[in-house]
Amino acid sequence: MNSAALAPASALDVVALAIRDLPDGRRLLALSGRLDSATLPAVWESARRAVREVPSRGIVVDAAAVDYCDGAGVALFVELLRHPRDGKVEVVNLKPAQATLLEQFDPRVLEHDLDPEVPRGPAIEEVGRAAHGVWRDIRVQVEFVGETTAALAHAARHPRSVRWRDVWQICERAGVDALPIVALISFLLGMILAFQSAVPMKRFGAEIFVADLIGLSMLRELGPLMTAILLAGRSGAAFAAEIGTMRVNQEVDALTTMGLNPVRFLVTPRIIAVVLMTPLLTIFSGLVGLLGGALTMQTFAIPFTTFFKEVDSAVTLTDFMAGFVKSFVFAILVAGIGCLRGLQTAAGASAVGDSATRAVVSGIILLVVVDGLFAYAYYVLGI
Amino acid sequence: MTATEPIIRVVDLDAGYDGVAIVQDINFEVRRGEVFGILGGSGCGKSTLLKHMIGLYEPIRGHVYIGGDDIVTADEATHAAILRRFGVMYQSGALFGSMTLLENVRLPLEEYTDLPDDAIDLVARMKLELVGLEGFTGHLPAELSGGMQKRAGIARAMALDPSILFMDEPSSGLDPITAASLDATIRRLAENLGVTFAIVTHDLGSIFVAMDRVVLLDRKAKGVIAVGDPRRLRDESDDPRVRAFFRRESEAQAA
Repeated sequence: MNSAALAPASALDVVALAIRDLPDGRRLLALSGRLDSATLPAVWESARRAVREVPSRGIVVDAAAVDYCDGAGVALFVELLRHPRDGKVEVVNLKPAQATLLEQFDPRVLEHDLDPEVPRGPAIEEVGRAAHGVWRDIRVQVEFVGETTAALAHAARHPRSVRWRDVWQICERAGVDALPIVALISFLLGMILAFQSAVPMKRFGAEIFVADLIGLSMLRELGPLMTAILLAGRSGAAFAAEIGTMRVNQEVDALTTMGLNPVRFLVTPRIIAVVLMTPLLTIFSGLVGLLGGALTMQTFAIPFTTFFKEVDSAVTLTDFMAGFVKSFVFAILVAGIGCLRGLQTAAGASAVGDSATRAVVSGIILLVVVDGLFAYAYYVLGI
Repeated sequence: MTATEPIIRVVDLDAGYDGVAIVQDINFEVRRGEVFGILGGSGCGKSTLLKHMIGLYEPIRGHVYIGGDDIVTADEATHAAILRRFGVMYQSGALFGSMTLLENVRLPLEEYTDLPDDAIDLVARMKLELVGLEGFTGHLPAELSGGMQKRAGIARAMALDPSILFMDEPSSGLDPITAASLDATIRRLAENLGVTFAIVTHDLGSIFVAMDRVVLLDRKAKGVIAVGDPRRLRDESDDPRVRAFFRRESEAQAA
C-alpha cells in the first residue's frame, strides 16, 4: 500500500489518513483534520490495520495536520501505542495541547483491562455456589423464624415493651385502609361465583344450592385466601419496601448500634398488627362475598332471606372456624415474609424494588402451598 | 484516669466482606477525650473499618476494644454494655423517617431509661438544642436539609450521653459554613463534655481544625500508613503518600 487517501481532507469536520512507506523502512501514518468521536470511525480500523500489518517495522504517526483532537481522538493514538510489537511506534508533531492530552495516559497501563470480570468457574463450582446460596438462604430464614418467635414470646411476656403506637398505625394502614379493596374484590368474587354456578344449576332447578356453594367457599376457602393474597400485595410489599428503605438508609444499622434488635423493633409490631387485622378482614371479606352472591341470586328469584337461611343451614361453625384459623396463619406468613425480605435488602435503590417483588411472589406461593396443606389436614381430621 | 488512657484499641484487625479483606493489620488507639480522625481517600476502607469497629460486621481477624471490652468476642450481655458506651452518627443521618426529630432523640431514652415522660422530653429537647435544632423538634427528617439531618443524627447519638461518638463522614455533602459549624459543635462537645470522637472523613478543612490525632489509610497499602497529629504529619512526614493527602496534591507532585 503506497499513499492511500481514505477520506477527503477538505471539509472542517472530516479526518483523513494517508499511509506511506518511508525510504528507511518505517511506515508513516499522516493524520489530518478533526479527530473526535464523530470522525474517528472513518480512520480507526484502517489505522490499526496499517500498524498491525507490519509488526516488525517502525511506525511514525504524524499529527502535524490534525487541527483538533479530543478525548476520543487521543484514544486512537493510545490504541496505536498500547500493543507491544517489535517495531517502535512514535507519535510526532502533536500540537502542545494535544501532546498534554496524550501524556495523561500510560499506554502500557491501558494494554489490558486491569480489573476484568472474574471468569465463571467450572460448572460444578457454579452448582456448588448455588447450593451454598440456597443453604445460606434457608439458614437465614430459620434464624429469622427463631428470632421472630423469640421476639413475639418476649412481647407476650412484656407487653409494655411493644411499641403499641406503631402497632395501631400499622393496623390502620394494613387493616382499615385495606377495607375498600377487600370489599370490592370479595363482592365481585361473590357475584361472579354465584352467576357462574347459578346458570348451570338452574337447569336442574337447583339454584338455591348456590347459597351453600357461596357460603362454604367464601367463608372457608376463598375469603381467607383472597384476603391474604390482597394483604401480601398491599402490606407484604409495603413492609418489604419500608424496611428495605430503612436498611438502605442505614436506619437498621442505627437500631443495631443502639442495641435495639431490629426484629423486635420492626417485625414484632407488624406481625402483631397484621395478626389482629387479618381475621377481621377475612370475616368482612366473607360477609361481603355473601352479599355479592345474594344480590346476584335476586335476579334468579331467590330473595335475601331465603339465601341467608340456606347459607345458615349449610355452613357450620366448624366451617367458619376452619377459615378463621387459616387467616391467623396466613397473617403471620404475609407479615413475616414481608419483613424478612425487607431485612434482606441489599444496597442500592433497585434492591428495595426487588425486595418488594420477592415479598409478594414468595408470599403468594407460600400462601397457596399452606392453603393446600390446610385442605389436606382438614380432610384428614374430617373437618 | 489520665487523658492519655486509650478508650478504643484496634488490634491486628483485618476487615472486609465475605472473607475478602479490604484493610489489613490495622493497629491504633484512640485516647479518652480526643477527637480522632480515620482518614483516607475514597475506597480505602474507612467506612468498612468503622462498621467493624462498631460491631456491625464481624472482622476476619483481630480485636476492637471499646472501654476495655472486646466487641468482637463479647457475649450478649457485654455486647449490650459496649453498645451503651458509644453513639453512632451515620453518613446520611439514618434518622427514622416516620418519626419527628424529637421522637428520634427520645427513642433511645424511652428504650433504656425509666425517666418519666416529661423528663425524657426535656432531655431530648436539650440534646437538640445542643446542635442548634431546638426549633425543629416537630419536623420529620425529610423536611430538613442534609446538614440539619446530620446534626439531628448527632443529637440522637448523644441521647444517652455516651462517652464515645463515632461519625461517618459528618461533613460530606455540607456547604463549608455548615461544615465549619459542625466542626465547632464537635470541638465544643469534646471540650465541654469530654466526649471522645472517632470520625471517618476526608475533609481536610475539618481535619486540621477539629482533630487531635488521625490514622491515615491507603487503598493500595490496604492498611494504615500513618498515625499521629495531622499538622505534624503534613509538615514532617517523609512518606509521599501522607504528604500528598495532607497537602491535597497528587502523589506525583508530592514525590
